[in-house]
Amino acid sequence: MKTFEYHKPSSLDDAAKLLAQADAVALAGGMTLLPVMKQRLNSPSVVVDLAALEDLRGIRENESKGVVLGAMTTHAEVAGDALVREKLPALAELAAGIGDAQVRNRGTVGGSLANNDPAADYPAALLALNGSVHTNKREIAADDFFAGLFATALEEGEIIRHLHFPIPEKAGYKKFPQPASLYALVGVFAAKTNGGVRVAVTGAGSEGVFRVPELEEALGKDFSPESVPEKLSDGVEEKLLNDIHGSPQYRAALITALLRSP
Amino acid sequence: MRVQMTVNGKAVSGEVAPETLLAQFLRENLRLTGTHIGCDTSQCGACVVLCGGKSVKSCTMLAAQAEGADITTIEGMESPGGELHPLQEAFRQNHGLQCGFCTPGMVMSAADLLRQNPSPSEEEIRHWLEGNICRCTGYHNIVKAVQAVAAAK
Ligand SMILES: Cc1cc2nc3c(=O)[nH]c(=O)nc-3n(C[C@H](O)[C@H](O)[C@H](O)COP(=O)(O)OP(=O)(O)OC[C@H]3O[C@@H](n4cnc5c(N)ncnc54)[C@H](O)[C@@H]3O)c2cc1C
Ligand code: FES
Ligand code: FES
Repeated sequence: MKTFEYHKPSSLDDAAKLLAQADAVALAGGMTLLPVMKQRLNSPSVVVDLAALEDLRGIRENESKGVVLGAMTTHAEVAGDALVREKLPALAELAAGIGDAQVRNRGTVGGSLANNDPAADYPAALLALNGSVHTNKREIAADDFFAGLFATALEEGEIIRHLHFPIPEKAGYKKFPQPASLYALVGVFAAKTNGGVRVAVTGAGSEGVFRVPELEEALGKDFSPESVPEKLSDGVEEKLLNDIHGSPQYRAALITALLRSP
Repeated sequence: MRVQMTVNGKAVSGEVAPETLLAQFLRENLRLTGTHIGCDTSQCGACVVLCGGKSVKSCTMLAAQAEGADITTIEGMESPGGELHPLQEAFRQNHGLQCGFCTPGMVMSAADLLRQNPSPSEEEIRHWLEGNICRCTGYHNIVKAVQAVAAAK
């Protein structure tokens, strides 16, 4: 790892100022950033540790009874939280299935979303639940947040403060993990929200997480495994990743199989 | 930069470069070489230590991030009188190790599990140890060792 200047600001303003410098990067749990820096895929000259920002912590309910997660909330905290387990059990389950215990103890929801790994789990939840990202500058709807592989609508130096998740009528997440990395080979999040059914797929898309209108339509008529078509249209397959872990055909088959499994 | 933390109950400090990993600080500055570095890529769990009671991969944490933290390494597990920790003893009794390279991480990871869940099922133990790789034992005796401690509690 190349050397850098390390800062741990205790106010959001100070963090924003530090991050406004050229070549500065935010550090959450370091579960992605540190490996990437070791590989020298990223060699920032300034590292701004967000760990002392109280504003980025905690889990609470908002005015519209949705669940709000501070960006620095760890996967283990989400998995074990009483409010999340009661109101959004699918999200608690998703968090409990991320990586391994040590990744869950350090990795954060904000870091996962900011990173937008095409095989990460949280992007599917934010998109399917029609959540939103609240930064130090603005609020960004899930539909506008993801911008392709490892890319988001976040501007340079913009800091995620909170994630808002409205409560769906019903929701579920199923993941088929790639056994070595534990990331999703395919993960499907389906939610019956008051704005209709939303289905988001992670792990499979060549442009990262995406919604599947044909599945949303089918599940919109009847939100049950039986109403999931056995096969997706060719248009969906064309958007899927092709790598050593699976062909587009295999991934497409997994999407429907996961949704149809009880 | 200067870092300070508590390691195995003792206040320690040291002068480190900002990119120093916690694993490096423990091994090189403090000479606590029980914490192993197997992969250095966050995969194998040989470097697991407890940070505020929670298991973390010390190869994927900066020493600076542990500022002020309470760290426990494998060296801090035995009793002040030098008796092995029940987990260490159970690994010994159950042949939970062969070469022993993965063992410090396994023990620290299992300690975190038992703190939260004193009587885990076999499946829970296996799920919890997903981040700890052992190339010798085939895991069965490691799981048995953790079960033995859980049963004795
Ligand atoms: C062995 C292993 C297995 C894993 N398995 C899975 C898995 O199954 N599923 C899964 O989803 N993930 C998995 N992960 C990734 C894990 O979930 C990480 O938590 C996640 O990638 C983000 O890490 P972090 O929170 O520590 O953020 P960091 O690594 O600290 O940061 C990641 C990126 O986000 C930026 N960032 C962080 N916080 C903010 C913020 N508040 N505002 C703006 N930008 C920010 C950083 O600048 C950096 O670019 C795995 C990781 C490992 C090492
Ligand atoms: S050395 Fe840290 S996980 Fe392998
Ligand atoms: S005992 Fe050799 S790696 Fe586990």
